[in-house]
Amino acid sequence: MTGYVARRVALAALVVAGVIVATFVIARVVPGDPAATWAGPHASAAQVAAARRFLGLDRPPLVQLLAYFGGILSGNWGLSIHTHQPVLSDIGTAAPASLELVTAALILALIVAVPLGLVSARWPGGLADQAIRAGSILGVSMPIFWMALILQLVFSQRLHVLPAAGEYSPGLLFSHPLAQRTGFSLIDAAISGNWPMLGSILVHLVLPAVVVAAYPAGLIARMVRAQVLDTVTETHVQMIRALGFSERAVYSRFAMKLAWNPVAAAVALVFGYSLVNTFLVEAIFDWPGLGSYTVASIATLDTPAILGVTLFVALVYVAANLAVDIIQAALDPRIRLR
Amino acid sequence: MIEAPSPEAGLAPALPRGQALWRGLRANPLLAVGAVTAAAIIVVAVAAPLLAPFPGDAGSATHPFQVLRPPSARHLFGTDQVGRDVFSRVLYGARISPLVAVIVLVIACVIGIPLGVAAGYFGGWVDEVIMRVTDVFLAFPSLLLALALAAVLPTSLTSLTIAIAVTWWPWYTRLIRGQAASVAGRAYIDSCRVLGIRPWRIILRHVLPNSVTPLIVQVSLDVGGVILTASALSFLGLGAQDPTPDWGLMVAEGQNYFTTDWWVATFPGIAILVTAFAFNLIGDGLRDLMDPKRSLLL
Repeated sequence: MTGYVARRVALAALVVAGVIVATFVIARVVPGDPAATWAGPHASAAQVAAARRFLGLDRPPLVQLLAYFGGILSGNWGLSIHTHQPVLSDIGTAAPASLELVTAALILALIVAVPLGLVSARWPGGLADQAIRAGSILGVSMPIFWMALILQLVFSQRLHVLPAAGEYSPGLLFSHPLAQRTGFSLIDAAISGNWPMLGSILVHLVLPAVVVAAYPAGLIARMVRAQVLDTVTETHVQMIRALGFSERAVYSRFAMKLAWNPVAAAVALVFGYSLVNTFLVEAIFDWPGLGSYTVASIATLDTPAILGVTLFVALVYVAANLAVDIIQAALDPRIRLR
Repeated sequence: MIEAPSPEAGLAPALPRGQALWRGLRANPLLAVGAVTAAAIIVVAVAAPLLAPFPGDAGSATHPFQVLRPPSARHLFGTDQVGRDVFSRVLYGARISPLVAVIVLVIACVIGIPLGVAAGYFGGWVDEVIMRVTDVFLAFPSLLLALALAAVLPTSLTSLTIAIAVTWWPWYTRLIRGQAASVAGRAYIDSCRVLGIRPWRIILRHVLPNSVTPLIVQVSLDVGGVILTASALSFLGLGAQDPTPDWGLMVAEGQNYFTTDWWVATFPGIAILVTAFAFNLIGDGLRDLMDPKRSLLL
């Protein structure tokens, strides 16, 4: 097990180094002349040359790469052009809201999709199965930025049942101000016993979470179906059937137990994907997370901020992958031998 | 993420081809629905100038006196912020996203297949280098890497296509590599080597044809994904620019008027959904036809 973990960690470190090089290449090589961009459209040749020296672009590429590496590792991810703040501290402020949204969406997706996948697998080919399959394919085909607009229009502008935008009702800031402790608003509200604020955040979370949940829900329903269909024919499940357990128990307790491992792995991987999907949803719902930050960065051509977010999400993704690999190997010894 | 290839995966069904296909379609009506819808979308794309009531509105035409009119008999999907017929623009949009998807997937195959076959067939350090590079690319969620690239490239449909293609090929390299490695280990490939047949001939005649089936399924599954990615980037302003009738861009433009004039953003969005849905149904059905037991992983 130790050897397996060491190998995985070494591989992940290699990938992280590659990811940093990739963002360096995107930042320095792709856009032509970053010094000209930095100095602005009306800069003189002398100003561009000064910007080049200031940005260190007159040094050999390898030296630049090493300086960039050093910066990333020591927490200096550059300055955002539109907020004039260090990119890393901007990310630290914005990330909790996005992580809360994605976590809520994935919980919602699991609650909806696991039972649907089980129903689908229990009567494969039946009417419910066809409908659930079509529904799950619809879920992964959804342009979520459009779904966000539609739900916002229907549920907040027309029916007035849910708030249209924001993380909580702004009025609460005066009556029940949020005490900042962890940066995660839901957790902060809960540990400080700020129930009106907690309720407001939860209500504001509903629409964006439903939208972000569409893709993972479709994916999970299909995975549960496939995995349960696979395991239900295995001999030990047949044995349980022979022992006289009800069909319901055979599926939901025994076959599903075996399906959890791959499903959990997929959930961890879809976490990274959903984190990027929030980019399309947050700006619409004015959710103060990484997505809103990134969309603002795109509008202002804020390359350091965009690449900072790219790097951050890639690191989260690599970490999630690593965690999945290690947990799976711990649970299932066969994996270590591969 | 990639499962070990099961030995049955490449086996053809025992029935004659047409009959097997027919049975597959009967057993999976969703595949038939997807195929018919996709065919209709292709017809619309080709015949857009004939079908669109106002072909000029797909371009830079403006009609200041009929701005933001609701759907009517004259304008089935209403008119947009400069008075263009949304229906005509949606029809012309069928020429953009699906075409971007095809180009992206062709580029991804052209890059991904040779690298994957080389890695799988030759193994050793070639394999190591190629797979470590794909690992780095796969460490980014593809929408994110495409977004970062499209953001630093000059904004255009070409940049968007390149940005997505750059993020898409590693999946194919990885898929083909696994297949090619398993084929390369079989005895008949060894026989070919012993007979002195050159490596490129073995690869082209034996390894590639025997590893490409799962890739075909994956490519068909990915059409919908690329269309969604492309329209998401266009929605963020990183792709086509006005007056191009791109669906993602049209949703973005309609967003500003959405609370009062819902039709401008709604219909292009439905077009994206229907197109992605149709191609996903086809991909899903094809996967079932090839191997009913294979499970979906991302």
